[in-house]
Amino acid sequence: MANLSLKGVGKTYGGAQQAAVTGIDLDIADGEFIVLVGPSGCGKSSLLRMIAGLETISTGEVAIGGRVVNRLDPAERDIAMVFQNYALYPHMSVRDNMAYGLKNRRTPKAEIAQRVEEAARMLELGPYLDRKPRALSGGQRQRVAMGRAIVRQPAAFLFDEPLSNLDARLRVTMRMEIRRLQKRLGTTSVYVTHDQLEAMTLADRLVVLNGGRIEQIGAPLEVYRRPASTFVASFIGAPAMSLVDAQIENGQLLLERYLLAHVGNAPGPVTLGLRAEELRIGPAGIPMRVEHVEELGAQRIVHGMIGAQRLSVADGSGAPLSETVLVSVDPARLNLFDTATGRRSELRLTAAQAPLPV
Amino acid sequence: MQKIKPFDHLVLILGSLFLCLPVVLALMSSTHGAVDIHSNGLYLTPGTEGWETYKKVLTHRGGFTGDVTGLLMLGNSLVMGLGFAVGKIVLSMMAAYALVYFRFRFATILFWMIFFTLLLPLEVRIMPSYQVMADLHLLNTYTGLILPLLASATGTFFFRQFFRSVPDELLEAARIDGAGPVKFFLDVLVPLSRTMMAAIFIIMFIYGWNQYLWPLLMTTDESFYTLMRGIKSILQVWVGSQIPDYNEAFALAVLAMIPPVAVVVIFQRMFIKGLTESDK
Ligand SMILES: Nc1ncnc2c1ncn2[C@@H]1O[C@H](COP(=O)(O)OP(=O)(O)OP(=O)(O)O)[C@@H](O)[C@H]1O
Ligand SMILES: [Mg+2]
Repeated sequence: MANLSLKGVGKTYGGAQQAAVTGIDLDIADGEFIVLVGPSGCGKSSLLRMIAGLETISTGEVAIGGRVVNRLDPAERDIAMVFQNYALYPHMSVRDNMAYGLKNRRTPKAEIAQRVEEAARMLELGPYLDRKPRALSGGQRQRVAMGRAIVRQPAAFLFDEPLSNLDARLRVTMRMEIRRLQKRLGTTSVYVTHDQLEAMTLADRLVVLNGGRIEQIGAPLEVYRRPASTFVASFIGAPAMSLVDAQIENGQLLLERYLLAHVGNAPGPVTLGLRAEELRIGPAGIPMRVEHVEELGAQRIVHGMIGAQRLSVADGSGAPLSETVLVSVDPARLNLFDTATGRRSELRLTAAQAPLPV
Repeated sequence: MQKIKPFDHLVLILGSLFLCLPVVLALMSSTHGAVDIHSNGLYLTPGTEGWETYKKVLTHRGGFTGDVTGLLMLGNSLVMGLGFAVGKIVLSMMAAYALVYFRFRFATILFWMIFFTLLLPLEVRIMPSYQVMADLHLLNTYTGLILPLLASATGTFFFRQFFRSVPDELLEAARIDGAGPVKFFLDVLVPLSRTMMAAIFIIMFIYGWNQYLWPLLMTTDESFYTLMRGIKSILQVWVGSQIPDYNEAFALAVLAMIPPVAVVVIFQRMFIKGLTESDK
């Protein structure tokens, strides 16, 4: 168990023009569960593999437990990794798969046996210990891969999309299992995924990556509620946050000429972020033309247009919808972004009028 | 699936009879006396002299020095076959491992150079090879018989393709598990290659077993005679005033068939098992 510290870490692959990862600064506390999330190709795996020692570190410094590991072999870094395709040794039994790393470290036989037993009990793999990986289901293989990591009792677990080969239901149960295990063992973990739901549910802290850079670091709810950029806003949360073009004129925040709030921000065009569940369909508000409705059971997502702006609204009422509905929002829940840079800027409501029933 | 008709069976039976006939002829004829064979042609029925013939072939001391027995020749052929098969597998696996897993410059060029030698059969380079062996004083040794032919482009090629199909994550998992290059090779790649090894063993054993030209050139000492040369010399030595010992030649030929057949039967099972339960 240890803390991890990344300082200005970057990666440029040989022959590549652009850096795959640039300037990553990240301090991970002991026992923390960090999830790296981002779209495909944003450099999540590259970053993780640099921590693991499977890729060389082009710039910067990686320290595990205060020890700089830049030049150490993967085996010397005291980490364990779980791969997307499990990477179990096909010719070894489950038991041998788990024991292999310990054998190579010359752990005494009795201790190996004891640790494997314990991991097998934790992961409910007892009945399968003598089977070969090919005789296991995907979920069981995944658990063996985790067992292989656990028995090593490493300073940190590294996961690279470990659940993406499983079907949707199994993914949910395995997700919880991973979370439970990690809490129980208290091992520092770095988990890579492109599934934002997985990221939200697992993380102590989320790291959103985009184009090899950190877009935002924060607790899942904080990232969800206060995305640092339009990129994060559209990436985290389902349905995605609606991003609409709005105007600030004379201290008024206007959406398609409808007044949303009185603000103290500088005038000009802005991008407004609206969470579906923050929007309400009610007796008063801005008229929205309903385009189509997604029924999710507990609620429905109403997609519609206000003028030329596309909006999604979560509605739990189940009441019949007319062609045009009236939509309102609490101004305090609005997210304001700079249209040019996409960065978040704080909305300064002029106190007197807030909240304004639009 | 189509229903099997009697005609299909007929074709199969005729086909296998056709293929088996020479073997049966050799086996049956080897149990008759040389004179009978000479006057009556080949036999399809068992004779009475089989036991003596085989005993004589295996233990009779022949040749110019009077030291060469069938048993010795059988042993020599076995050494050739096993030496070839094992040596070629070991060497080509190591070469393929280096080509696939180590990033050294010119790896691709080197590979194509090795691959290119496939186009050059032994006969093309037999004189230079002989010269080298002679200069190294390796004529009339097992080393000289086996060593120059060990490099195998075919084997290297097959193992290279196989290693490339092994997922990279396996290597990465092994690296994290603290397995160095040698350990990874021995603990992961070698066990995974079992079926490949079985297939190449079959091919190379038979290749080594059937070698004729190279041993003929490399060895003048009769104690290195292989079965292939033995058969030939039986037919040669007695040509002239006497009838050749056809029965003995047939007996040797039958004996020469047994080890390759055994190898195929044993390794084929492993080979097919490996093919059906994919290990990767
Ligand atoms: N071995 C490599 N050589 C050259 N470029 C690479 C290599 N591996 C990755 N890249 C490049 O680096 C960038 C980041 O790749 P990376 O695998 O880290 O993405 P990722 O975030 O893990 O994506 P995904 O979600 O699809 O797994 C990509 O543009 C990719 O093309
Ligand atoms: Mg990846």
